[in-house]
Amino acid sequence: MNRIISKLQHSKKLLSIYITAGYPTLKDTTPLIEKLEQSGVDMIEIGLPFSDPLADGPTIQASSEQALRNGMTTEVLFEQLKDIRKTVNIPLLIMGYFNPILQYGVEAFCKKCQDIGIDGLIIPDLPMEEYLEQYKSIFEAHGLINVFLITPQTSEARIRFIDSVSNGFIYMVSSAATTGNTASFGTTQTDYFKRINRMQLNTPQIVGFGIKDHDSYTQATTNSKGAIIGSAFITFLNEFGIEKIDTFIGTIRP
Amino acid sequence: MSYNINSKGYYGEFGGAYIPEMLYPNVEELRQNYLNIMSDSAFQEEFQQLLKDYVGRPSPLYFAKRLSKAYNTKIYLKREDLNHTGAHKINNTIGQILMAKRLGKTRIIAETGAGQHGVATATVCALMGITCVVYMGEIDIKRQAPNVARMKMLGAKVVPATSGSKTLKDATNEAIRDWINNPVDTHYIIGSVVGPHPYPDMVARFQSVISEEIKQQLMTHENTPTPDYVIACVGGGSNAAGAYYHFLEDPSVKLIAAEAAGHGINSGKSAATSTLGREGIIHGSKTLLMQTKDGQITEPYSISAGLDYPGIGPMHAHLFHSGRAEFIAVTDDEAMKSGLELCQLEGIIPAIESSHALAVFNKKHFKPNDIVVLCLSGRGDKDLDNYISYFNV
Ligand SMILES: Cc1ncc(COP(=O)(O)O)c(C=O)c1O
Repeated sequence: MNRIISKLQHSKKLLSIYITAGYPTLKDTTPLIEKLEQSGVDMIEIGLPFSDPLADGPTIQASSEQALRNGMTTEVLFEQLKDIRKTVNIPLLIMGYFNPILQYGVEAFCKKCQDIGIDGLIIPDLPMEEYLEQYKSIFEAHGLINVFLITPQTSEARIRFIDSVSNGFIYMVSSAATTGNTASFGTTQTDYFKRINRMQLNTPQIVGFGIKDHDSYTQATTNSKGAIIGSAFITFLNEFGIEKIDTFIGTIRP
Repeated sequence: MSYNINSKGYYGEFGGAYIPEMLYPNVEELRQNYLNIMSDSAFQEEFQQLLKDYVGRPSPLYFAKRLSKAYNTKIYLKREDLNHTGAHKINNTIGQILMAKRLGKTRIIAETGAGQHGVATATVCALMGITCVVYMGEIDIKRQAPNVARMKMLGAKVVPATSGSKTLKDATNEAIRDWINNPVDTHYIIGSVVGPHPYPDMVARFQSVISEEIKQQLMTHENTPTPDYVIACVGGGSNAAGAYYHFLEDPSVKLIAAEAAGHGINSGKSAATSTLGREGIIHGSKTLLMQTKDGQITEPYSISAGLDYPGIGPMHAHLFHSGRAEFIAVTDDEAMKSGLELCQLEGIIPAIESSHALAVFNKKHFKPNDIVVLCLSGRGDKDLDNYISYFNV
């Protein structure tokens, strides 16, 4: 069974962390993943850096730029991850923009992911319609879950449709914003989380964008299956380094 | 083969809407409504009225006698340089501001490179009394100070794009990010035939007034609506799309696109996307773009800020791939020389973008009886500093 699905079945609430591959230094990718698993994180999204990350705010833009300067490429990432399943058991996803994947070749990319033991992909700028028409069979043939996003503006009909074609989880974007928004969650978010919760979807939802501390983690997971932290984790890394990861995870989920 | 958009938003294999879900409601709203709004007679009436009274259309189709003599062919210049604000860009911004109003939007964002599209957007926002925010690369803000001042005088807020390479592609990224953060009240006025469907088609339709007028005006001059050639420069490709539009499906009209080769195609400092680009995704569109082997978008170079974009619109990618249009790469030096030549033969100072189109006359032979229409997309006022330092005037 796909690790994402069994993880969802066997945990109450999931904490997923986003990292930028090749950041802070090129060689940090695998040590970071191992350390995050040891610190109790349930799932990891490995960001494949892109020159033009449209959906990302300043923190992830900067980490992506640095990772590219460090020499991160699709090829290098696959090389770094080739033995990752010898040490890491939690679900791993690759999050990346579509162009680098298209240039690698979608099928070749999926095959590599399968060989390595990647469980799913999050490609924000691959539209659902294109995925269903052109790529679904390739993803499925390689045991990969494709994760769709919904936002506060997504219509109910579209959410229902996304639910019907989803596997694993739905990525619930917390607010109308790029990543790393530092405003606290207010009633707008809570109402939105509740509204989606009431829809009783088949696919569990995990909330991402703007989760930065224990409070926002709790607000998000009260009405959903889990939360994803990206920018706030990268900001912490910048300040305190890899050794202190336990502290960060401990404050989010004591 | 059709050279127009198909029902799925593609030109051949190029186009589509490769956007994150956050943009879906906005882009979908536009997709569902743009054709209906544009075909509404009240909309058309307002649009045509503004093009006439505010922009100054129709722009003349001018027979360039001395230039024709120099190249021994019949050259007509479509004078988009005489439009209000000095370029073709305003045809699109007038159309899109009316579209935004019909959609109930109260805030406008735009990207700009050289500042021409930013000025054209700030202008129509002032005209309509709508808030305007223009994203511009930090480097371009320094290079194009007079246009920054114009936008500010027109009441727009100019926001520097400080990410990536700090030029047009990054300004476009920032505008898209703004739109993600303001999904309800804001309309994004894209400045060329780029971006996710329906933008390339919508912008091409607003610019198509160029070829519509060419047909009528040629009838008067030459007793035929169709030229033998249409020449235009291609940055994103909006003036070219407008100049080609009504001739796309008529193979007797040959289409020529001038691209910026910068210091030379293989110099590493170039913006000749058709030659240097590969198929990929940029700003929501599947098209040709300049990128590394790994799929990272690279920074182009041209002396002309308006042609300094790493992609081309999907319509042009299709025209290139299918062979419908001939793409000719023009270096900085060739363009500057041809720009100066137009000044001295015809008394017209062209925008450096348009000078790239003019340079085609030195690269391709035309017969004495050929009717060649060149889209003179803009005037050179904004480029005076560049001309001055290049020619030591
Ligand atoms: C005068 C002029 N011509 C051409 C262009 C290039 O744009 P497009 O290829 O969309 O016509 C610009 C862009 O700034 C411009 O200002």
